Amino acid sequence: MVEKILEVKNLQVSFHTYAGEVRAVRGIDFDLDKGETLALVGESGCGKTVTAKAIMRLLKVPPAEIKKGSEIIFNGEDVLKMSKKRLSSFRGEDISMIFQDPMTSLNPTMTIGNQIMESLKIHKKLNKKEAEKEAIKLLELVNIPNAKERIKSFPHQLSGGMRQRVMIAIALSCNPKILIADEPTTALDVTIQAQILDLLKELKKEFETAIILVTHDLGVVANFADKIQVMYAGQVVERGTRDEIFYNSMHPYTWALLSSVPRLNTKGKEELYALGGTPPDLILPLKGCPFSSRCEHCMEICLEEKPEITKLSDTHSLSCWLQHPYAPKTERPAVLRGERDE
Amino acid sequence: MGKYIVKRIGYMFLTLFIIMTLTFFLMHSIPGDPLAHMAKKLPEQIRLNYYEKYGLNKPVIVQYGKFLKNIFTKGDFGESLRYPGRPVTDTILKHAKISGKLGFQALFIGVTIGIVLGIVAALNRNRWPDYLVMFIAILGVTVPVFIIAALLQYVFTVKLELLPTFGWGDFKHTILPTIAMCFGSIATYARYMRSNVLEVINQDYILTAQAKGVSPFNVVRKHVFRNAILPAITILGPQIAGIFTGSFVIEKIFGIPGLGFYYVSAINDRDYTMIIGTTIFFAALFVFSQLIVDLLYGVVDPRIRVSNDK
Repeated sequence: MVEKILEVKNLQVSFHTYAGEVRAVRGIDFDLDKGETLALVGESGCGKTVTAKAIMRLLKVPPAEIKKGSEIIFNGEDVLKMSKKRLSSFRGEDISMIFQDPMTSLNPTMTIGNQIMESLKIHKKLNKKEAEKEAIKLLELVNIPNAKERIKSFPHQLSGGMRQRVMIAIALSCNPKILIADEPTTALDVTIQAQILDLLKELKKEFETAIILVTHDLGVVANFADKIQVMYAGQVVERGTRDEIFYNSMHPYTWALLSSVPRLNTKGKEELYALGGTPPDLILPLKGCPFSSRCEHCMEICLEEKPEITKLSDTHSLSCWLQHPYAPKTERPAVLRGERDE
Repeated sequence: MGKYIVKRIGYMFLTLFIIMTLTFFLMHSIPGDPLAHMAKKLPEQIRLNYYEKYGLNKPVIVQYGKFLKNIFTKGDFGESLRYPGRPVTDTILKHAKISGKLGFQALFIGVTIGIVLGIVAALNRNRWPDYLVMFIAILGVTVPVFIIAALLQYVFTVKLELLPTFGWGDFKHTILPTIAMCFGSIATYARYMRSNVLEVINQDYILTAQAKGVSPFNVVRKHVFRNAILPAITILGPQIAGIFTGSFVIEKIFGIPGLGFYYVSAINDRDYTMIIGTTIFFAALFVFSQLIVDLLYGVVDPRIRVSNDK
């Protein structure tokens, strides 16, 4: 029996700005099982990071507001109702996070050793000596050579990849049950990206940590995630297992995302697909399907009514009017067909 | 590191030499001379003898040569021209001590309170503590110090009869001038710290610290404070130097025999030796405190720590 470790129900987050209320996340539900990797995929501004931060309650309130009716349940405990004290132990010990830009996410005036030891001291109640030993172990675990010397380094003395490793070491220092990785490889170059992903994969096995991976890079998702959730304008438009999304996705937005990934078998001067238009303004109320204005298969109903959720299997579901029995039959785009060639 | 300090000290002396030379020629270009106040009353011959004695009848460049010789061979600034028999060095040290005591108290209290208020204001941005602190800060910057001083004298001595109006002696004499003087530092540091803290709390590493489960108090203490105080150290340098030279206005109002008071009267009297002595004293303190601040910067900020191999 798989153990549900995190349940997000009807999560709604708004930001109060001078221009008005920006409804960044509009009712998201998902579950996370123990040791599972879930990817949140979508373009910039679709609410991925806000969702991730909301789970850790890292959003600044105000201007942010987590709306009434939202529920985030960790191991049976409501995160949104946690006391300040519980929240301190929840963060770091039960759940931790690594951020997009390793260049700015470490304190420049503290040695990396101290930054790793800090969470060990808080959560595991280790004294300085034990914490230092543990910190060295963690640095070795994330493949930083010469760990004994390195704990005395300051962040500016390390490269971007090394810093991200340090961030991973900090995040995993107290064996959290969930690790949120917010675009962990976006700021790194491609070879380092691969190394960091391999490292995360390895550590995931070792610690049995569940990972929520926030990314816009489907290449990263392809060999990493178990489940994928495609987000658009603060809503989940399609979700499924990795294979279901990559080989059997049915939502036009997912098609667009997949088509815009360059592939090895692209011939000659074939142009790479690019999705036109921009996402809708999240201050305005959305009528109908949020993707309708950019959708190639847009029908009249798409402009008027919000599509219902259609279940294709236990794990695969989407909200799109094309799934309606009266809708015209639409084929998956040619580029996405018949390429199961792993 | 050692080499860096030696180099800096070398530059310090060069700076001091230039300041000394400029001051020397500038003060000699002011009309009048140290003996002017009594020259009219004296018979011609006695007056000329005085000029002869102090070498004031020689061309300025010759006087400059003599002055340099005295400094480099004897390390001596000579005697005050206005008050014969008083060596300049002794006078400066004696009065600088008084100014220093007062200035240090005021700066210490001002910086401490200013930093605390600045942090409080930033953490309560756009709420009443913020508005209150900014109100105090704006008062501190805009209201001249002599008004604050007079107000304090009125309230604490005339109305409440708690403290002496002026004079110098024991601790209670220092209370009012200290309060009057520290207002400026409170205002400066509160505003500075507020903007620094606001900048730092939006940095990614603060989010990292929060995500680690660091308590809000420790986030401020361990992560915000050190990063926010860095730029504030820069403005500390000139203020340290200012401690010893004192505030002319405050010393005048409270009747304190500090260096600031003597500095200004020396200029009025064209007391050449005293002017140059005080100027060099102030300049030396200034460049020295800059060096201290630069070294301190390296201690607090590892990124600009002077590397050992240079």
